[in-house]
Amino acid sequence: MFGELLKGLQTTLRYMFRPPVTVQYPDVKRPVRERFRGRHELKRFANGQERCIGCSLCSAACPADAILVVPAENNLEQPTSPGERYAATYEINMLRCIFCGYCEDACPTNAIVLEHQYELSFYDRQTSIYTKDMLLVPPDQGHGEIPPILTQLGDKRPSPPAQIDL
Amino acid sequence: MKAEGTMIKTEELQINIGPQHPSTHGVFRMLVTVDGETIVDLKPVFGYLHRNHEQIAEVNTYLQNMPYTDRLDYFNSMANNQAYAMAVEKLAEIEVPERAEYIRVIMVELTRILNHASALGFLINDMGAWQTPLAFGMREREKILDLFESTSGARLMCNYFRFGGVVRDLPPDFVPRLQSLLTGLPTFIDEFERMLRENEILRIRSEGIGVLPKEVAISYSVTGPVLRGSGIPYDIRKAEPYSIYDRFDFDVPIGTVGDVYDRFLVRIEEMRQSKRILEQALKQLPDAEGGHINPKARQNIRPPVGDAYTRIESPKGELGFYLVSDGGQTPYRYKVRAPSFINLTPLSDMCRGYKVADVVVILGSIDIVMGEVDR
Repeated sequence: MFGELLKGLQTTLRYMFRPPVTVQYPDVKRPVRERFRGRHELKRFANGQERCIGCSLCSAACPADAILVVPAENNLEQPTSPGERYAATYEINMLRCIFCGYCEDACPTNAIVLEHQYELSFYDRQTSIYTKDMLLVPPDQGHGEIPPILTQLGDKRPSPPAQIDL
Repeated sequence: MKAEGTMIKTEELQINIGPQHPSTHGVFRMLVTVDGETIVDLKPVFGYLHRNHEQIAEVNTYLQNMPYTDRLDYFNSMANNQAYAMAVEKLAEIEVPERAEYIRVIMVELTRILNHASALGFLINDMGAWQTPLAFGMREREKILDLFESTSGARLMCNYFRFGGVVRDLPPDFVPRLQSLLTGLPTFIDEFERMLRENEILRIRSEGIGVLPKEVAISYSVTGPVLRGSGIPYDIRKAEPYSIYDRFDFDVPIGTVGDVYDRFLVRIEEMRQSKRILEQALKQLPDAEGGHINPKARQNIRPPVGDAYTRIESPKGELGFYLVSDGGQTPYRYKVRAPSFINLTPLSDMCRGYKVADVVVILGSIDIVMGEVDR
């Protein structure tokens, strides 16, 4: 019995001198992988125009019905986005969202991208709804990088992207 | 033993274990009739986590159901995805490219290792070895979850499979990382096995406990490691090879008695066999050239009228999906044959005659996930 006890403690001692596998979470943050699907971001073109054209395909592809898009006609003198329409309202309910990534798959202009932020918590249901101001990349912070994996996929994308019969 | 007449008279008593008990692996309630410490009868009560999975699936399109299957058995989202994808592929007659099949097998076998590592950790946790063995299992699981994250973009809810392939190709550094993981795996498995085989307390808690005889196991249509622990070499990967499993060389481990100890050893051995399959799959993995591992990945499909049932050997047992199509965008009927649910049914037979403290261990050895039991 005494021998077994020592044997057990030997394992304990061995592990004491190994580096820990854990990280001290709020102080140290583990970087996420490149393909990680976190909070959404609405991207811009290089000239500052919004990529989103208000087509609502993301909303149609969403399994959890988390996205609300209300499109409006572009002002021709100062267009918000290329094309005829833009998203006047763009809301994502983060409590409904299941982060499956179908919205970024469905998007014909790569406007919506699931980015790397994962710390999403709310005090009430109202604050869980992310509006367009919160999702859109601010104009002074560039136009937002599109991850290469999405642009690669874009080449092989069937057109139009959704609702194709087999 | 006291002479008859002088023994203390006992009365039968009904007690609840759960639904909010940490060792019931979720919201699961057991209505236990005890005589002293001995179990006279046990009635499992579940349904607390019912969330209408099958009905929701009839409203969603085929593709939209894929992330929902992740949430059935949230430990093995990849295996659930494969079973569902196979069902739709059978229904719509979609071919899967070679490379995609290999990627699928690699992912599902990684899932098996992940599931068994954490399930055994939880089992030892249930036996009273608080937290440390579980942490060993979780440490190994974390390495696999990291691979999943770099491949699919999520650690648990992977949503990686599509009809006719997988959504994205493997990242460039996947194969070397997997190889280094496989090199370290035997050390972990051996250490884990030693923890039970050489520990007197754990052996007393598991040997001869929760015996499930062969005939009873068959009559309850139990599958997976629980059935194999009872000594029946039935593995769907061998019995009815799906995907490309007929190309791999692996053994089906079986137990002898059918107690908790046997189920433990079967799972340990299955991890070794999964490692063997992974090594072979990595060797045979076709090159990425030729592009396209997901020809129809992004599209909504309308399968022809008909029905299909496919089953796979998920880490917990036979996972089957039954789909009926009426030619529309959504399934007309969608049914899941959940291994956790069916393996749970002989619980009262397994527990009868043992002590209250054994119930928790027996339940842990079945390895259930309530998300799959209740759906």
